[in-house]
Amino acid sequence: MRKLLVSVLMLAALLASPGFAEGLLPDIPKAMGEPHPEGNEWWRVNHPALLMHSRDQTVIEGIRDVDASIKTCVACHAVEGPDAAPVTYESPKHICRACHDYVAVKIDCFQCHNSRPEEADWAAVLPSLGGTPESLRAYLERISQ
Amino acid sequence: MIIPTTEKGAEISRRDLLKKGGAMATVTLAPGVTLMAFGGQASADGLKKGARWGLLIDAGKCPEDCSACVTACSNEHGWKNNGLDTDPQWIRKVTLREKATGRENSLPVMCQHCDEPPCVDVCPTGASMKRADGIVLVNRHICIGCRYCMMACPFKARSFVAEEVTDQRTTTPRGNGTVEACNMCVHKIDRGDGTTACVEACQATGNNAMIFGDLNDPESDIAKAVSTYASMELRADLGLGLGVRYQNV
Ligand code: SF4
Ligand code: SF4
Repeated sequence: MRKLLVSVLMLAALLASPGFAEGLLPDIPKAMGEPHPEGNEWWRVNHPALLMHSRDQTVIEGIRDVDASIKTCVACHAVEGPDAAPVTYESPKHICRACHDYVAVKIDCFQCHNSRPEEADWAAVLPSLGGTPESLRAYLERISQ
Repeated sequence: MIIPTTEKGAEISRRDLLKKGGAMATVTLAPGVTLMAFGGQASADGLKKGARWGLLIDAGKCPEDCSACVTACSNEHGWKNNGLDTDPQWIRKVTLREKATGRENSLPVMCQHCDEPPCVDVCPTGASMKRADGIVLVNRHICIGCRYCMMACPFKARSFVAEEVTDQRTTTPRGNGTVEACNMCVHKIDRGDGTTACVEACQATGNNAMIFGDLNDPESDIAKAVSTYASMELRADLGLGLGVRYQNV
């Protein structure tokens, strides 16, 4: 009985330690833009369906200002790499890979889509290059036209 | 409004919700899940209804040594010429020679945006499609790269992306295993630029050999030009109703 108590306590201590939790849960990078009004939980569940719906609207109906555009995802959620550029999907730090690696979901969006903004727009989306929520919003507005 | 599941709810866009229920600020999707509508709605309501986008190309004004339109297209869409047989070609300069007289003619040829596109007829997946405004596109989300459309196209307008592509232009997603062709700068049209990259480049050279516009709008430059001066379709015998017309070929 005492042995069991000790191991339970040890497990609890292990779970509480920051190092262990880091390895256990996906490390989701923080976005620069305003938070989603629907909440992150909602987006975690619904982003595939929204992206699917929005892509058809854009390709077939020519609607560019859609609810979920992959271009806006990778702009707001751009992660800076060691070379002062946003990382691409090649990097495990990319916002999409942060979770998809964790749940072992392979996505093929980035076989065709660029997984980051174009070089001319890096300054608008990376704080270290002078990006601000305003410059980000201006960029997002431009690309949704 | 009752929407049974979260999944179903996601299929209904914020735009739809805003349009149908103006006063509605929040919508319950499922117990505990609420979709709030953003403020400020967009201008872009999709393609121009009733339009028929087209190009008018005057071969008489197109010098053989000019390929500004081809370069502009490559830059705009991010396809590159690497000197390989498999290189994509969205637009190419073609020289025609009349056998009887020896008269030579140089002109750019790209997807002709057929009204009755054979590429759409043969596509087994529905990826090859014509938008309501006449622009013929490949929906790469469902293209399986079978290349039937490449075989069906009388103008050899389509290319297969044979290499992996990275750092695409964000306005032109393109990748290995799909087929592509001139999309009449659909992103520029939707944005309201009212022109294409090739036409802009042609005008910048001063040759002014190309006009872009809505053939269905009698007030547009292109509609006025085709109703005043003689123009023709390539391979008009096929009766495909092309969106791209030529003069002085
Ligand atoms: S020119 Fe070729 S690719 Fe373009 S619409 Fe006609 S058949 Fe299709
Ligand atoms: S290559 Fe793609 S667009 Fe062309 S016919 Fe096959 S599935 Fe359709």
